[in-house]
Formats: sequence, structure tokens, C-alpha cells
Amino acid sequence: MASKKRSILDHVFVPKARVLSEKEVEELLRRYRVTKEMLPRILETDPVVVELGAKKGDVIEFVRNSPIAGRSIYYRVVV
Amino acid sequence: MAGKKTIGAIEFGVLSPEMIRKMSTVEVTIPETYDADGFPIEGGLMDPRMGVVDPGLRCKTCGQKMNRCPGHFGRIELVRPVIHTEYVKYVEGFLHATCPKCGRIVFPDETIEKVKRKFKPKTRFKHFAKKGSEVRKCPHCGFERPKIKFEKPANFFEVTEDGEKRIWPTEIRERLERIPDKDVEALGFDPTRFRPEWLILTVLPVPPVTIRPSIILETGERAEDDLTHKLADIVTINLRLRENIDAGAPQLIIEDLWDLLQYHVTTFFNNEAPGVPPARHRSGRPLKTLVQRLKGKEGRFRYNLSGKRVNFAGRSVITPDIRISVGEVGVPRQMAEEVTVPVHVTEWNIEEVKKLIMRDEYPRALYIVRPNGSRKRITPDNREDILEELAPGYIVERQVMDGDIALFNRQPSLHRISLMAHRVRVLPGKTLRINPLANKPYNADFDGDEMNIHFVQTKDAQTEAREIIAVKYNMLSPRHGRVLVTADEDAVTGMFVLTWKDTKFTREQAARLLYSVGITDIPEPDEDGMVSGKKVFSKLLPKGVNLEFPAKLCKIVKEVGYCKGDCKKCEYDAYVVIRDGELVSGVIDEAAVGAGGKLVDYIYRVYGPDVAQDFVDKMGIISTLVFDILGFTISYEELKISEETRKKIEKILEEGEKKANEYIKLYEEGKLEPIPGFSERESLEIYIIQSLEEARKEVTRLVQKEKFEEFLRNPKAAQGFIMIISGARGRISNIINMSAMQGQAYVRERRPHRGFMDRVTAHFKPGDISPRARGFVKRSLKDGLGMLDLFFWGMGGRIGEVDKGVSTQISGYYYRRLSNALMDVVVFPDGTLREVTNDYIVSFKFGDDGLFPMYALDGRLPLDTLLGMIRGGKK
Repeated sequence: MASKKRSILDHVFVPKARVLSEKEVEELLRRYRVTKEMLPRILETDPVVVELGAKKGDVIEFVRNSPIAGRSIYYRVVV
Repeated sequence: MAGKKTIGAIEFGVLSPEMIRKMSTVEVTIPETYDADGFPIEGGLMDPRMGVVDPGLRCKTCGQKMNRCPGHFGRIELVRPVIHTEYVKYVEGFLHATCPKCGRIVFPDETIEKVKRKFKPKTRFKHFAKKGSEVRKCPHCGFERPKIKFEKPANFFEVTEDGEKRIWPTEIRERLERIPDKDVEALGFDPTRFRPEWLILTVLPVPPVTIRPSIILETGERAEDDLTHKLADIVTINLRLRENIDAGAPQLIIEDLWDLLQYHVTTFFNNEAPGVPPARHRSGRPLKTLVQRLKGKEGRFRYNLSGKRVNFAGRSVITPDIRISVGEVGVPRQMAEEVTVPVHVTEWNIEEVKKLIMRDEYPRALYIVRPNGSRKRITPDNREDILEELAPGYIVERQVMDGDIALFNRQPSLHRISLMAHRVRVLPGKTLRINPLANKPYNADFDGDEMNIHFVQTKDAQTEAREIIAVKYNMLSPRHGRVLVTADEDAVTGMFVLTWKDTKFTREQAARLLYSVGITDIPEPDEDGMVSGKKVFSKLLPKGVNLEFPAKLCKIVKEVGYCKGDCKKCEYDAYVVIRDGELVSGVIDEAAVGAGGKLVDYIYRVYGPDVAQDFVDKMGIISTLVFDILGFTISYEELKISEETRKKIEKILEEGEKKANEYIKLYEEGKLEPIPGFSERESLEIYIIQSLEEARKEVTRLVQKEKFEEFLRNPKAAQGFIMIISGARGRISNIINMSAMQGQAYVRERRPHRGFMDRVTAHFKPGDISPRARGFVKRSLKDGLGMLDLFFWGMGGRIGEVDKGVSTQISGYYYRRLSNALMDVVVFPDGTLREVTNDYIVSFKFGDDGLFPMYALDGRLPLDTLLGMIRGGKK
């Protein structure tokens, strides 16, 4: 029995996720000239969101592997 | 604008009997239409209160004439209620879910509440109906409810120990009436708008006559609409039923009539209801009733509402014409004479316009439109007056002429390049002409294909067509950036023959070739007085092209083991070197000039659309002319193979078969080593197929080598092979099938195995799984197939054909759904993908890399080409 608790974030198939700081969010919204509602969403109940401890309104940055570009960055708002 | 309103919502629902009576203007009681004088009978099916269809008569409800009266509903009071068969499933559900005695849902209140919380209204009904059908004892009143059985069109039975008892619509209606509003709500309906008993019809709305007009035949007879016929049936039976009830007829007769009434009402709604024989016209034709009017391809929705038709369009069979540009389309003279294009009269073009007006034949003006919008047809009688009147600001509609722009389209339009703009060339004949080098985007061929053409009318649209949708701007595939408008099939073969190292022309021939594309600068002949094909071809190339790449031929040279490794010195002409627009070495084939060909790609990207289009045009003409001069054919001789190879092939086949049989023997002895993940039987199949395919591969190598050597010795004797190695058409396997062996037939990727028990045909012993018994064909098409060989190949061929049809249909529909779903997603200037109504972000970088696939090549930036662009064609 494994005593150490494993995080789903460590799994290779789970994209790297990180909660953006308020400043970063502001900068992001300015860069794309959008409001938070216009960003793609992610459910508060999503396992990754739960794991990160993010709250409603937080923006999460996902860095995932892309077969085309190698790496792609994606932002999603917790709803 | 006064009276302009926005539709906020549309509500669909079920009409209550009360509502039906309220909206009805007349009760229809007489199953007749017109009296002897031809006037509509009051209370009949054509009662003038339901609207009028005869010109001159006035509607008795709204007092308006034929075209102004919108029509009004009537009603038929049904003597006995009938079930609305389009809703029987719901009636059944209600009966299952509720108690016949107290009308409650047959679950305790807590369960009802729980289900209400858990399920959406839509799914609640299904849930209760399914679970309720198994509950025997009502938890509210304790009633022991019998099981309910439903039989296809509209019959319900109670199943008890004593047998089945029919429950008639009256009884059903009473039961439904007992369901309390709160339970109706729990079942997922809104009790303020809907009551379950409304599903049992007590009164039937009669649609306005406007919807079912009678028509007068040439003979003067009136013919009634199918709906009117059906309504007449209903009224007749309704009357009969009433008479019988009033006369106290036996129950049996009444029930028969009742069922008949149910039948007529059912078919009035839907004459294709499952389990109901369709009602027929006297001629035997099934009646077209309400559902039939709406449903399907020719129904109201798909045909009338979603179907769009346009003017200024044409359609005809397409035929190829290599002498028009790929950017042009040949329009038949007849079509050009019929369709017009508006010309805005200005002080600069008024003289030309006047000339057009005065002409008697083809390019002439047909109409003028005054600034106030009134239009007038130009005739020989009034044209002088029109000429007087004509001034800038007028619009003249003239016939379509050379140089006009038109949109050309072939269905299925799966692509944005299924529709492109072509310049018009008016040609004799009746077909639309297209340059065959431009047919790939349309996926067109000339076996009877038809295409549509739209003549673009407004200046804005014309400009857009010329600057955006024109063929020259769409030569690259927007999917992967490969050139699509370029040589294929014959044109590739032509280029190959033209540029092959041995091809030489006399000075006269070279002149003829080049003159045909408008080049007058004929290259100097070599010492032998001949001009090489390569020199002729070089004249088509723009100055400054520098390219080096292996030809398609290179792969074949490597396959047959002739490659010496040094590409620059390739003695088989398989390495293309172009220096400053001169083809130094290498043969031009599919790799250079076919779909995605390096040379055309380079010219397009470095020299631009105009040069590329011109190059492709010239290539098409020259390649055709090459055959004119040199000839091109494939002969039966070409299929023969040497005795030596023949013997080798026989040996290979024998060995392959032997190997397969050895596996079978091993399997029978139980000694076969299974492949991981497969059973022994499955492994055996794989082993057999492997050994046979190996044999085939070996044969392929052998034949390919022999053919290649033949080609080197004398290209003229291996022209079919030229088509293959140039990439124009066909594969080595085609040659193998013809001259060496057919090989294994496959049915769904397996050896044929079905037919009789344990054997495919009666010519084998049951359980024979030898290569021959399972479709391995050693003979070739040239040898002639045996009876069984042909049969096996037929099996494979048929399945292939069926699968092709099915899979294109299925994948076509998937694609349609996908593209419709993505229709409103757009790339924004900042590279983000956004949905179009609210600018919501879908993706932060289009395709993760931000590249436009059309200007990339296979998803990557074509670096060497870009380098060429930077150098501007100079080394």
C-alpha cells in the first residue's frame, strides 16, 4: 500500500496547470482585450481545479503538449 | 418602420378541444364539397367560412377575396373520441405511469419528489412510464391495476387473469382526466398549457380550404385535394357512427365503425404510420396527408423553407477544354444570350453601351433600368427612343460576355474551393467547358458531371470574386497548402515524355510546341539538329528559378536497386536540377508538377498567382501537343513478361503456397506458435496471408525490375509503365494483376470464407483452408481467370464497392456536422480563434502554431521556398 499521496497533476497525461496571479490575469485580459466571461471555462468541480485549490473566478494556465506546435498555452476561467 | 416586431419566442404545444372550438368558424357536418351549381355547400368541406379558393368569391368570415383571405379553421365534432396517433407513445406512457382509479402517479409522493429533483422534465416522463408499467398496486389508493398492453396503431388492452380486455378511447380519456395537475407537472409537462386528455381527440380541427385547394382539370371537372378526400372520409364515418348509435345498433357494429373512424383520423395525420395500411386514392396512389406534406426531402421544410433558388445561374454538363485557361470557364452561347449582367452607364462608357443597345445579335443589351427603378425591355422598335433617353445613372442589362466573372461550383460542396470564380469565355456548343487541370478542387471528371455557374451581378461582388475567389488565388489547398490546380493524369505523363532525357524534337516540332503557348523564342538546336525536350520545357519556366529535388522516378530507381547513390550524377534522370530557369537534368513528373509538386509550388510562392496560373495553362497545352507529335499508347505486348521471369514467378508462388500449407499442417497438428493476442486459428490466418503477401511482394519486385529495364531499353515500348513511374495514373500492382498474378482476394480484410458451411463454394471440401480454397489467384488477367478465380475476385470487388458507398455517406455526414458546428468560429487578427457572436475565445492561437495551413506546406513553413522568395529568384 502506497503511503504517499499522489497528485493527479503528476500524471504525464495531465497538462501542467497553474493558477495565475491577479496581475497576470489583468495582463492576460488586456492582451486579448477580453473580459473574464469571454475566456474558455472550466468547472470548479474539475479534478485539476480541485487539486489546485482554485476558486470561482480564478484563471488557470494550462501548458500542454501539442502534436503541431510542441507546446501550447491555454487559459481557462473557473466557473 | 411601423408595425415592425421582433419574435421573442415560439411555443409549440397541443391544442385543447376548447381551443379547437374557439378557433373554428364552422362545424363541418356534410361530407360534400360543392352543390350542382358549383357553389360550396354550407356546412360542407368547402364551406366559404373556411376561406375561398375560387376567384371572385368572398370569404364569409373575413369578407376578403381569394388571395387576401388567410383561411380559417373549421371543426368536426367526433361522435366518439379517438386517439391522436402521433401522440400514442405519450398516451401509453401516461397510462403506465398513473393509476386508473385515482389518477395519481403510481409512486409514493417522496419518490415523485426525488425523481423531480433528479431528472430534467424531458426525462422524467420516460422514467415514470418505464418504472410505472411494473407497479401493480397503486400506493395512493391501493387499487390493483392490471397490466396495460399497447398494440400498434392505437389499441390498448388491460391484461388480467381472465384475458385481455380492450380499453376504448372514452375510458382512456376518463383516466387521463383523473390525473391531477401536480402529477402532470411531475411528469414533465406544464399543466397550465397542457392536459393529457387532450391527446384523445373529441373534436378535430378542419384545416382552411386555402391549404387544400381544389383544382379544375382541363376537362372542367373539379379535383379535390388529398386532405379534402381524407376529411370527407372522416365526416362520412362520423355521420354513420352517429346514426348507428342513435338507432341503437349492436355494440359490435358501433365498435367497428369507431375503429374505422380511428383509422381515418390516423391516416389524416400520417398516411405512413407504422402498422397502418396507407389510405389510397381511387387510382391506387397513397394519399399525401399532413405528415407527408412536411416530411423528407420534398417536404415543406427541406424543399420550400430551407431550399433556396437563385437567378442568374446556369447548369450544364461539363466537358474539358485544355485551350482555355484554368482561370476561365467556357460558357455555351445559348446560356450567355439568356443571362444578363448590369452595366452602370457613365459618361465614360455611354458610347459603348449605346452600341450594345443598337445591336441585333449576340452581345447586345436586353433591358434598361431607369434611375427610378423602372425597367424596360429593349426592342428594335423602341431602341432609338431609349438611346435618346440614356444618360449616366442608368443601368443597362447586357448579355454575358467574355471577361465577365462567374462563380463555378460542383456539388457536393465540401470545400471552399468547390466554388471558385472563373472568367467567362463564351464558346459554341451546349456544355460548360473547364480546363481539366482545374478540376481537382471540384473533384470533377467528364463522365457526365454537371456543374453550376453563377454570373456575378454587383460590382462589389465582382471585385470580390476577382480578387479573392478567383482560381489563381485558390491554387493551393487551404487544408495543407499543396498545389491543387496543376497537372494530373495525362498532363503529368505529357510532361514526363517531354522532359525525358531521350526526347528530342525537330526544330519545326519544337516551334509548333512553343508557338501553341505563345512562345516565339525557339531554342537553338543541338549539334544533331534536334531540340531536346528539356530545352522546350525550360522555355516555360520563369527566369531565375533555381531548384533541386529528386523526381518521383527516384523512388522507383531505388526500389529496383539501380541507384548508385550520387544524386547529382543520376544517370536515370531521376534528380531534377533547374538553374536560372533552365532544366539542366532530371525528368519532370508528379513530384515536380503533380498535386503538391515542388516546381509549381515554388513558382506559385515565389513568382505569384499570375505566373503560376500561366505556367499551368501552358503546361496543359504543351503536354497535350506532345502526344500529338510523339503519340502515346499502351499495347498488349507491354503486358508480356519474359519466359525467365515467368518461371521465377511460378517458383515464387509455389514456394509461397508451400509455406502457407506448412503453416496449415502445423496448425492441424496443434504445433503452431500463436501470435501474442491471437488465437491459433487467427494466427494461422495471419501466417498464411503473410506468406502469400510475401510471395506477391517478391513477384512485384521481379516484374517492376523487368519493366524498368524494358523502359530503359525502349521507353516507347513501356508507355503504360511511364504512366505509373511518372505518377500520372496506375500503380505497379495494376501491372502485376494484368501480367503476373492476381493474388489474394480479400473480403473485409480477410480471405473469403463465407458461402457454404466451412467452404466458400461447392468446389472444395468442407474445412479446406488452403490458399486456393480461400481466394488466392495465381493466374493473371492476361492468362485469363478461371471460373473460381473470377468469383473470388468478384466477392472482393463487390464488398469494396459497397463499403466505399457506405463509408463516403457516413463520413460525409460526419464532415457536414463538423463543418456546420465550426462555421461560426473565426480567426481574429490577433491570431485567436473566436466564436462570432460574442467574440468568446475558443483557442488562443489558431492551430496551436498560428500558421495559415494554405500558405504553409503540410503544416510547416516551406523554408527553401521562402528562401527563394527572399532571394527574389536569384541564386
